[in-house]
Amino acid sequence: MHLSLALVVSALLFGIGVYGVLARRNAVAVLMAVELMLNAGNLDLVAFDAWWRDTMHAGQVFALFVVVIAAAEVGVGLAIVLAVFRLQDTAAIDEVTSLADRDPRVLADAAAEVDG
Amino acid sequence: MTRHGVTVADVVFGLLGVVCLASALLVVTARNVIHAALWLVACFGALAGCYLVLTAEFVAWVQVLIYIGAIVVLMLFGAMLTRAPIGRLQELDSHNRPVAAVAGLAAGGTLCALVVSAFKDGYVDVHHAAVGDGKAVGTAIFRFFVLPFELASVLLLAALVGAIVLSRRTAH
Amino acid sequence: MTHWAWLVPALPAFAAVVGLFLSRYVPGGPAVPAIVGTALSLLVAVVLLADAESNPGAVHQTTVPWTPLDGFHLSIGTRIDGLAAVTSVMVAIVALLVQIYSTAYMAGDPRYSTYAAEVSLFTAAMLLVVVASDLFELLIGWEVMGLCSYLLIGHYWQTEGARSAAVKAFVTTRIGDTGFLFGIFVLGVAAGSFDVGQVVGRASAMSHAAVTAGALLLLAGVVGKSAQFPLHVWLPDAMAGPTPISALIHAATMVAAGIYVVARLYPVYLAAPDARTVLGVIACLTMLGAALAALAEDDLKRVLAWSTVSQLAYMGAGLAVGAWTASIYHLLAHAGFKALLFLAAGSVLRSVGTNLMSEMGGLRQRLPVTFVTAVIGAAALAGLPPFAGAFSKDAILTAAREHGGALGTAVYAVGLVTAFVTAAYATRFIVRTFFGSYRGALDVRAQVHESPLVMTAPLVVLAAACILLGAPVVPNSYGVASWLDAPTGTVPLHLDAAGVVLSAVIVIAGSAAVVALYRRRPDEDPVTVLGHAATPLVHAFWVDDVYERLVVRPAYATARAMRLTDDSAIDAAVVASGQGTSAVGALLRRLQNGNVQAYVSGLVVVVIAIVMTVSLAVAR
Repeated sequence: MHLSLALVVSALLFGIGVYGVLARRNAVAVLMAVELMLNAGNLDLVAFDAWWRDTMHAGQVFALFVVVIAAAEVGVGLAIVLAVFRLQDTAAIDEVTSLADRDPRVLADAAAEVDG
Repeated sequence: MTRHGVTVADVVFGLLGVVCLASALLVVTARNVIHAALWLVACFGALAGCYLVLTAEFVAWVQVLIYIGAIVVLMLFGAMLTRAPIGRLQELDSHNRPVAAVAGLAAGGTLCALVVSAFKDGYVDVHHAAVGDGKAVGTAIFRFFVLPFELASVLLLAALVGAIVLSRRTAH
Repeated sequence: MTHWAWLVPALPAFAAVVGLFLSRYVPGGPAVPAIVGTALSLLVAVVLLADAESNPGAVHQTTVPWTPLDGFHLSIGTRIDGLAAVTSVMVAIVALLVQIYSTAYMAGDPRYSTYAAEVSLFTAAMLLVVVASDLFELLIGWEVMGLCSYLLIGHYWQTEGARSAAVKAFVTTRIGDTGFLFGIFVLGVAAGSFDVGQVVGRASAMSHAAVTAGALLLLAGVVGKSAQFPLHVWLPDAMAGPTPISALIHAATMVAAGIYVVARLYPVYLAAPDARTVLGVIACLTMLGAALAALAEDDLKRVLAWSTVSQLAYMGAGLAVGAWTASIYHLLAHAGFKALLFLAAGSVLRSVGTNLMSEMGGLRQRLPVTFVTAVIGAAALAGLPPFAGAFSKDAILTAAREHGGALGTAVYAVGLVTAFVTAAYATRFIVRTFFGSYRGALDVRAQVHESPLVMTAPLVVLAAACILLGAPVVPNSYGVASWLDAPTGTVPLHLDAAGVVLSAVIVIAGSAAVVALYRRRPDEDPVTVLGHAATPLVHAFWVDDVYERLVVRPAYATARAMRLTDDSAIDAAVVASGQGTSAVGALLRRLQNGNVQAYVSGLVVVVIAIVMTVSLAVAR
C-alpha cells in the first residue's frame, strides 16, 4: 500500500487532535484530544517501520513505549483534574486561572479583603 | 521507481482511515463528554485495524487492550467523577474556537503537504513485510531495547505513585 | 622686620582657627584668642609702621614663589610700603577695640565664640588685602572678607531681616566682585605678572585700552565693596547685624578696602583718566544722594550707614581728581570717627533697646561718656576743624578745585553741598538722640544707664584719635602725609586757608540750621520742615524699589518658571516613562491570563508558522 496514505491519515488525525486541545473546555475532553495526537504519532511510527521492513522493529517498539507513556500520562492527568475539581468544583480548564498575571493593585485589594 | 496501483490493502486502509478520522472529529465536537469517550473507542478501534493492515499485530492488540480497555475507561471514570453532566455539556470554548480551527487546519495541512511531498513514492509491500508478531516484537524489545523497557516500568511506577499522591484528600 | 610682615594677617587667622575649634579648651573663653591674636598683630603692625616711618618711601617685598597650575606662576608674600603699614595699624587698632567692646556688647549671646572667631577671620582677611604682594592673594583676602561679612551680618539668623540682609550684601558685592576678578585678569595679563609691584611698575607701559579696561573692571569691585551707587543698596540693610560689626566692617575696614585697592594700584588709575572720570561721577552722585538719604532716616544705624556711603564717596572723589594723600588721610580719619559713632550708637542701643531715633531723646544725662564721645565723633564727621575729618575733606576739595579740571569743579561744588548736608544730619543725629525729651517707653527710660568700662574705654580711645588725627595738621606739616609715600603724579596734601574757612562756615551753617529747628520744635524731626520734598529722601530715591522690580522679581519669576518646568516637563517625563512602562506591562499582562489553552494556542500557532516557513524555504 502507499505509504503516503498512512502518513496523510496520521497528519489529519494530528490536526484534529490540535483542534481538540485548543477548543475543548472540559479537561477530560482535552485529554482525549491529546490521546488523538499521540495516536497519530504512533501510526506514523508503525507506518515507517513497515516501510523500512525493519527486523529490529524499532518503530513498533517505540509505538509501544508511546502507549505506555500515554497511559501514565492519562493517569497522572486525571489525578490532577480530580484535584483541581475538588478545589474549584469545576472541570472547565478556562476557569482555572489562578496563575494569571494580575495587576498588583487588584491583588493587594483582594488580599486586603481576604485579611479584613 | 515503479508506479504501483491501488491494491486491496490501500482500499481497506483508506476506509479504516476515514472511520478513524470521522470518529476523531466527533470526539472533538461531541457536546457530551461521555459520547466523546465512546467515539474515542471507535477511533482507537479503527486505528487498531490500520495497524493490522500494516502487519503490526502486537501493536494492534496492545492498542485495543491498553487504549480502549484501560485509558478510555479511565477517562470515563474521570469524566464521571468530575460530574460532567450526562446531558449536554457546557458550551465548548467558543472564545478559542476560531484560533483552534485555524491552528488545527494549519497543523494538519502543513504536515500533509510535507509528508506528501517527501514520501509520495513510498510503498509498503504488505506481503513481504517483516511481520510484527509477538515473537518478533518481544525479541526486539528484550534484545535491543531492554533499558528503555526498564525505564518505562519505572516511569509507570512513578506515575502510579504520583497519581495516588495527587488524588489523596489533603489531610489537615 | 619686614620678613615677619606675614604675621600681621596670620596671627588673627590663627586666632580664628583656635577660636572656632578649640575655644572650649582655652581658659578665659573665646574672647581670649580673639583679643590676643588681634593685639599681637597690632604689635607687629606698629613695628612695621615705625620701620616705614624711619625709611620713608621704601618698599619691602618678601615673597615665595607658588605655582598652583602648570604654567601659572605667582609669588605670594607681603609688600610693605607706607600705605600698607599705616592701614594695617588702623585696621588692627579698630579690630582690637571692637573685640574688646564686643565682650560686653555680645555678653550672653549664645553664639559669641563663633562671632569672635569670625571677627578674627575677617581681620585676617582685611590685613591680607592690605599687605598682599600679589593680586590673587589680594583677591583671596577680598573674597574671605565678603564671606565673613555675610556670616556676621547674618549673625542673628533667627530673624528674617538678618538673613535677607546677609544674602543681599553677599549678592550685591558679588556682582561687583565679578568685575573685580576680570580686572585682575586684564591687568595681570597686560603686565605679564600678577605681582602688585610689577603691575604698578608697568602701568604706564600698558596699552590704553588694557589699562582702562582693567581699571574700570576693578572699579566694579570697588563700587560693590565700598557701597557706591549703583551697588550701595546692601549697606543700609546690613545694619541688621550686631553693632560692633557695623563699626568694624561697615565703617573702618571692608568698605574701605575698595578705596585702599584703588590707592594701592594708583599708577594704573593715573594711566587711565577715563576710569578716574567714571569714578568721579559715581562719587559725586553717591556723595550727595547718600547724605540726603541720611538726613531722612529715622533708624540710628542706618543714618550712619548712609553716612559711610557718602564719606566713601568723598574718598573716591579724591582719588578721581588725583588727591591720593588726602583721600588716604580721609580714610584713616573716617575709620576713626565712624567706628566711634557706631560704637557709641551701640552703647545707646544696648540701653534703649530700639534703633529708632523717634523713640529716643534726652539721653545725655544718663549716658554721659557716650554723649561726649558721640559729639566728638559727629563733629569730626561734619568736618568741624580741628577734628579729624575736617582737614582731610578740605584737602580733597582744595585739590579738586585747583587740579581737577572740569571734574574737579563738579567735585568741589557737590562736595560743598554735601558738607552742608553732612553737618545737618550729624547734628540731627546728636540732637534727636541726646537732646529733647525722652520719647520712648517709660519703663525703658528707667533702665537706661551708661555702658560698662569695657565699652566706654574704646569710645574714649577713638575720640582721642579723632582729635589727634586732626591736630597734627595744624602745628606741623601733615604728619600723616609723611608716613605715606604718594605715587608720583598725585597731588600732594595741602590746604588753602580760604577754602578751610569757607567749608567751616558751611559746616557751621548746616549745624546751626538744625539746631534752630530743634529750638523751635524740640521733639519734632527737623527733616519734616522739608515737607513733601522729604519723600524721595525717605525712600532713598527708590533705588531699592527699582532693583526689586528690575532684578528681584524677574529672578523669582524665572525661578518659579524653572521649578514649573522641572515639575511638569522633566519630572513629568520621568514619571511618564514609569507610567508608560506600567501601561505596556498592563498590556502584556493580558497575554498571561491564566488560561492554559490560550498559552498552548499561541505556542502551536507559532510553531506551525515556523515549520511552514522553514519548509517553504527549504522547498525553494
